[in-house]
Amino acid sequence: MTENPGSVSDHQDKDRKTVLDIDHLQVTFATDGGDVRAVKDVSLDVKTGEVLAIVGESGSGKTVTAKTILGLLPETATSSGAVLINGANVISLNPGQLRQIRGRDVAMVFQEPSTALNPVFTVGWQIAEGIRAHAGANGRGRVTAKEAKARAIEALGKVGIPDPEHRVNYYPHQFSGGQKQRVVIAAALALNPGLIVADEPTTALDVTVQAEILELLRDLRDKYGTSIVLITHNMGVVADLADRVVVMYQGDIVEEAPAKTLFAEPRQDYTRNLLAAVPHLGRNSASAGLTERRHQDEEVLVAANNLEIEYPGRLGTPAFKAVDGVSFTLSRGEVFGLVGESGSGKTTIGRAIAGLNRTTGGSLKVLGYEMLNLRERSFKPLRKDIGFVFQDPAASFNPQLTIGECIAEPMLIHTRPSDAQARKRVGELLESVQLPASYAGRYPHELSGGQRQRASLARALSLNPRLLIADEPTSALDVSVQAKVLELFRDIQEEFGFGCLFISHDLAVVDILSSWVGVLYKGKLVEQGIGSQVMGNPQHDYTRRLIASLPVPDPAEQAKRREEHRALLGI
Amino acid sequence: MTAETTLEPVTNPRASFVRRLPVVSHFNKSVGLQRFMLVVGLVLTGIFLLTALAAPLLAPYGFAQLSDADGSFPTQQAPGGKHLLGTTVGGYDVLSRVIWGTQTALMVIIVAVVLSIFAGVILGLVSGYIGGWLDRVLVVVADAIYAFPSLLLAIVIAIVISGGQSSLLGGILAAAASITVVFIPQYFRVIRAETIRLKAEPFVESAKVVGASNVRIMSRHIFRNATRTLPLIFTLNASEAILTLAGLGFLGFGIEPSSAAEWGFDLNKALADVTSGIWWTGLFPGLAIVWTVLGLTLVGESINDLNDPRLRGRRRTSRKAVPAGPAATEPAADGPGTETELSNP
Repeated sequence: MTENPGSVSDHQDKDRKTVLDIDHLQVTFATDGGDVRAVKDVSLDVKTGEVLAIVGESGSGKTVTAKTILGLLPETATSSGAVLINGANVISLNPGQLRQIRGRDVAMVFQEPSTALNPVFTVGWQIAEGIRAHAGANGRGRVTAKEAKARAIEALGKVGIPDPEHRVNYYPHQFSGGQKQRVVIAAALALNPGLIVADEPTTALDVTVQAEILELLRDLRDKYGTSIVLITHNMGVVADLADRVVVMYQGDIVEEAPAKTLFAEPRQDYTRNLLAAVPHLGRNSASAGLTERRHQDEEVLVAANNLEIEYPGRLGTPAFKAVDGVSFTLSRGEVFGLVGESGSGKTTIGRAIAGLNRTTGGSLKVLGYEMLNLRERSFKPLRKDIGFVFQDPAASFNPQLTIGECIAEPMLIHTRPSDAQARKRVGELLESVQLPASYAGRYPHELSGGQRQRASLARALSLNPRLLIADEPTSALDVSVQAKVLELFRDIQEEFGFGCLFISHDLAVVDILSSWVGVLYKGKLVEQGIGSQVMGNPQHDYTRRLIASLPVPDPAEQAKRREEHRALLGI
Repeated sequence: MTAETTLEPVTNPRASFVRRLPVVSHFNKSVGLQRFMLVVGLVLTGIFLLTALAAPLLAPYGFAQLSDADGSFPTQQAPGGKHLLGTTVGGYDVLSRVIWGTQTALMVIIVAVVLSIFAGVILGLVSGYIGGWLDRVLVVVADAIYAFPSLLLAIVIAIVISGGQSSLLGGILAAAASITVVFIPQYFRVIRAETIRLKAEPFVESAKVVGASNVRIMSRHIFRNATRTLPLIFTLNASEAILTLAGLGFLGFGIEPSSAAEWGFDLNKALADVTSGIWWTGLFPGLAIVWTVLGLTLVGESINDLNDPRLRGRRRTSRKAVPAGPAATEPAADGPGTETELSNP
C-alpha cells in the first residue's frame, strides 16, 4: 500500500542516515473475540533529523506501531517483520538487549505527563535513573549520583525548564502540565537518543501549552538533529511539526507523502475525506456574515448574573473559585458556544445549569428558576425541559441497559408512556439521529463511539427539551465521526429550535456550531461576541493567545501563522 | 420496566442466557492451567453438592443411628466390613456421619451467605450512595465488627441464639447468624466501594439530570453494575463459612450428634482417639472439610483471575494462521463502526 515514489521526497534524504527502518511489520493480538490483526503490513523509515508523523483514527494501529519500536507490546501480541534501529532488529532482541536500546538509541514520550512521572520521586531522580541504568553499558563504569544529577540538570535546561539547578529537586506535582511534559521529554533526551517516539505528546495538554511543546520538539530537531516519530490524530499538530506523514487506516498504510504535498494534494480518497473532516478555524462558521446577535426577541432560557461557584478547599486552604462573576444570557433557538481551557470553569457552568453543581453566589436563572437555593423537589418538574449530552459516550450509558431502555428512561420518569408509545417514540428518536430503529435492542458496548454519541443525543431530545447542554460532546470522537455528529447536531438544532449551551475546548468546533461565543479564562468570562468576530478579531489578550496557539491543518498557512504569532506566544 | 423489555429485538445476535451465567461464562473464556483449576474446583464442589442432595440415598445409616437389626454398632471399629470407614467412640458410623455432614454444611452456607448478601448489599448501596453521617456511622460499625475475632463473635451469638441448647434448626441458625454478622461488613465494604465509584460515572449523572429519584438510581442504575464481584465473594465466603462452622463445632458450640451430623463436632470427639492410634474418626471428617473448602476456593480464585483481563490467560495466536477473510471485520472491543463512517464517502 505504500505509495512513496522517490521523486516526491526531498533529494537530501538520500545522503542522510536512516535511524529507523520498519519492514513489513505485522502485529496480531489474541483477544477473547479471536485474533485481531492490529498492524497488517507496515513499512516505513525515518532519517536523521526528520519528523515523521503517523496519523490515523482510533483503531488504525498507529500506537501499536509506535510501541513495537520500543518493544513495549503486551504478552498477548505476536509480531513479525523487522523493526531496525541502528541495525538491531527490535522484534528478535532478548529483553536484556532491548533494555540496552531503550533510552540509548530510542526513547518514548507518553501522552499523559502526569501519569508518566512517578509522584514519589523528584524529577531529577527520574531523569538520572535512565542515565545510571545505561552507565555500565557504555564502558565508562558507574556514574556517580552527583554526575547523574548534573546531567539531569543539563537535560532540564535543554527543554527550557527555568532554574534547572533548583528545580531538579522538585516533585512532579510542583510542575504544571506543560512543564511535566517538558520533564518527560528531558528524561527521554537524557542519553541523547537518535530517535524519540512521541505518542500523542500534546493531546492531554491545553492549546496554548501545546504550542509551546510543539515549539520545543521542533527545536530538538533543529538543534540536536533528533529524529521524531510523532503519533497523533490531530491534523493541526501534523501541519505544524511534521516533515513527512504516514496515514494509517485499519492497520495498513494508506498514504505516505511529505507534509506539504499531503495537505495540498492528497492522493487517496481516505486521506482526502480525513482532511475534509478536520474543522478549520474560520471556515464553515455558523456566524459568517452576522452583524448582530440572533434570537434576542425570544424567551430567555438561562440568565447568569455575576454568577459565582466555589468548591470548598481542604482543611486550612481557602475555597477554590471555579466560576467568578460570570454574566450571560441564552435565548431559545440560540447556540451559545462556551470555550476555555481545562480548569477555566466551563464544565462547572454547564453542570450548574443542569443542577449537578450548586452555585454559591450571584444569580443563575434556568427556565426562570433561581438555582442559588436549589431544591431538588421543586426543580424536578423543570428537568424534563433540559437535555444533557455528556463528553464520554462510552461512560454515559448504563452498560446493563439496552440503548432503547436508556433513551426511554427520561420518558418513564416524567410522562410514563405505555409500552407501545415508548417503543414508537424511541424508534422515532433513533431515526431522527440517523440510527436504525433496531438499535434500540443493542447494548451500549455494541455501538461505536459516534453511534453512542448519536444515541446520547436521542436520549437528551426524548422529551423535546427547550434547553440542551452539550459538554464537549465530540472531543472523545475521531475527526471524521466528529464531523458527522456536528452536522447532525446542527440539523437537529435547526429542526427542533432548542436553546443550546455548547461547551468545548476546541475553537474550530465551537465556531462551526455557535453564532454567539463566550471565552472563559480562569473562571472569568473574558470575552463574548459573535463567533466570527471573536475568532477573527479577538479583543482580549487571552483570546488572542488562544487563537494564535491553535494549529491550523495546513502546513503553509500554519508556518505563516507561527511567524506572525511568535511574539504573542512568547516563544 | 416492562416497557422496554419488549423492545428487545431478535436481530441482535448475542450469547444465550445460559452462556452468560457467572460460572458458565467463566468456563468458556478460560484456557490452560486456569481452566484446569476451575474444572477441579467445579468437580469437587459438584460432588459436595450432589452428596448433600442425595445423602439419604448414599448414607448406609442415619447420622444418629447406633444400632441396626443385628444389634448395636461396635465402638471404635477399624474401617472394613459393615462400616466402610469404621465407627466412632460413641458407636456412630463414620461414613454416614461424613455424608450427612454435607447437608448441614450446605444449609449453613446457604442461610449464612444469603442473609449476609441481602443485608450487606442493601446497607452498602444506601451507605455509599447517600453518604454523609449515615455512611460514617455504618463504616465505623463495620470496622468495629472487623476488630472482633470472628470465632469469638460466633460463640457469643451462638449462646445468644440457642442459649446453649442445640437443636438442628437452632444450631444451624446460630452458626449461620454468627457467620452472617462476620460477613456483612465484607459485602458492605465491597458494594459501598463500587457504589461510590459508580456514583461519579456519567451514566448515573445522566440519570440525575433527567430527574430520576434516588431509589430508582440505586436500584436500576447502580445495583446491577455494583454486583459483578458478588459471585467471587460468594464462593470465597462459602468456604470461610464452613471453616467457621467447623470451628464452632470443634469448640463445642455446634450441633449435638443426635440432631445433625457436623464435621467439626466429630473432629472434637476424635481428639482423644488420636493418642490411641485410632485415625479414622478424625481423618475422614477432616478430609471432608478440606475437600469442600478446597473446591469452593478453587472456583472462587479462578473466577477472580478470569474476571481480570490482565490476569486471564489467552490462547497465543499462531504465527502462520492469519486468514485474510475475517480480518476485515476485526476490531472487536471498541466498535469498528467509527472507522467505516468515513470509508464510504
